[in-house]
Amino acid sequence: MKKVVNNKAWFLVLPVVVLVAFSAIIPLMTVVNYSVQDIFDVNNAYFVGAEWYRDILQNPRLQDSLVRQFIFSFFVLLIEIPLGIAVALMMPTKGARASLCLILLAIPLLIPLNVVGTIWQVFGRTDIGLFGWTLTHLGMDYNYASNPIDAWFTVLLMDVWHWTSLVALLCYSGLRAIPDVYYQAASIDRASGWAIFRYIQLPKLQSVLVIGVLLRFMDSFMIYTEPFVLTGGGPGNSTTFLSQTLTQMAIGQFDVGPAAAFSLIYFLIVLLVSWLFFTTISHMDKAK
Amino acid sequence: MNKQTKKNVGISVYLFFVLLPIYWLLNMSFKSNEEILGALTLWPESFTFDNYAVIFTDPTWYMGYVNSMTYVMMNMAITLVVALPAAYAFSRYRFIGDKHLFFWLLTNRMAPPAVFLLPFFQLYSSVGLFDTHLAVALAHCLFSVPLAVWILEGFMSGVPREIDETAYIDGYSFHKFFIKIFIPMIGSGIGVTAFFTFMFSWVELLLARTLTSVEAKPIAAIMTRTSGATGIDWGVLAAAGVLTIIPGLLVVWFVRNHVAKGFALGRV
Repeated sequence: MKKVVNNKAWFLVLPVVVLVAFSAIIPLMTVVNYSVQDIFDVNNAYFVGAEWYRDILQNPRLQDSLVRQFIFSFFVLLIEIPLGIAVALMMPTKGARASLCLILLAIPLLIPLNVVGTIWQVFGRTDIGLFGWTLTHLGMDYNYASNPIDAWFTVLLMDVWHWTSLVALLCYSGLRAIPDVYYQAASIDRASGWAIFRYIQLPKLQSVLVIGVLLRFMDSFMIYTEPFVLTGGGPGNSTTFLSQTLTQMAIGQFDVGPAAAFSLIYFLIVLLVSWLFFTTISHMDKAK
Repeated sequence: MNKQTKKNVGISVYLFFVLLPIYWLLNMSFKSNEEILGALTLWPESFTFDNYAVIFTDPTWYMGYVNSMTYVMMNMAITLVVALPAAYAFSRYRFIGDKHLFFWLLTNRMAPPAVFLLPFFQLYSSVGLFDTHLAVALAHCLFSVPLAVWILEGFMSGVPREIDETAYIDGYSFHKFFIKIFIPMIGSGIGVTAFFTFMFSWVELLLARTLTSVEAKPIAAIMTRTSGATGIDWGVLAAAGVLTIIPGLLVVWFVRNHVAKGFALGRV
């Protein structure tokens, strides 16, 4: 749609700007402020420049949780994107059954994050949880509270359970936007199922997949509540991700300076990766 | 097995995987603690509503739901009021800095809540909003406003601008046009937006818990305290969990055909 140039439109966006400025810019500036000062109390604060940033980049605890975070997000994308596409392809296309599928799929997305953690905490327990109990009775030595590999497996499974629906719903609506003519043409050409997927469905899914990958990357990179409730970051530090490390630092130990410096780096990583991904995709589009 | 049968089996298996953990929670919520901790049973042998009775008779429990609902509703109202005109501006006009502003709104969706924890706590304490519903509602605006602007902008761009122009020619003022003509036209868009602001505010816990202590404590935070001297009260925990799922389930029914569009921030 052609848009008219009208700078008075600023008055319409002003409320949003004021509101978001209040809840985004002021806190963000506070963080910037903390990150360059050493604060003892209200009257004793010293400017320390980039010292906290140097400190934090060499902090082994942080480096470890950063690595864990990247591995986690990588696996989340690796499993959830293909699985989400597969689920969307298998869904019924119309009628009451399609609506029922949509609603059932949406359920995990509507559960408060800590309840998601609680559900899996209970479900995975070897004494009272169906999942843990079944695995144990099949003769597996499964215990997410003491074995790091089991803990990782459970956290990943929980995230797949929680968020694959999002990818599936996005892809489902992308698939519905493909006109029937395309499929008719394909069947005249006697295209195989794979060819239909590769040359008709997948290209049409590109725009929703970009959104899906971005959302899943951002949200998995910021994950806090679910693993915190499920494993508490343990056993040891094996499932402690970035947000939890940050919260421990800021609230637990009250190391405000380093925590602030870390916050900004954290935020920048999310921004940078999202931006890189987005620009690469746009460039690939132009190259075609 | 033909192709359609395979698909049906596949989707059924996935839905079974989705529903099984929820069924287990539901199952537990109707059991007594003795039965939960005793032998594993696939359905409640001695069916009981006691766990739900605990929640509905104890104010510290049911006030949690009231608190959560209150800030979620406030958040929804604030978000819609500020987002509607802004979304209209983005969908109809070009103005200095519009693209940058839009991108800046997007970046707020990328900010890890943990980053804002401490500054939010201090900001709201210093303006005397700490432990009020308004504090949580305002904090959640950080995520819900950008989201609402996007979704609404998507729906508004679908309305041809000839309608605006006709209304102006007919002598409608902007306010009158917006409220009487435009808003009813994008009713479904507003419904979907309301649903998504509801959802994101409802599931968020980290900020809600940090900004409240007693008066406005959300249900999700109260749930973390089911462990007492005698160990965790699994039955009540399960019942509380089940009750947090119900509001979302009720509202998703109304927007079932638009869910995906909302999740895609109005961009499908």
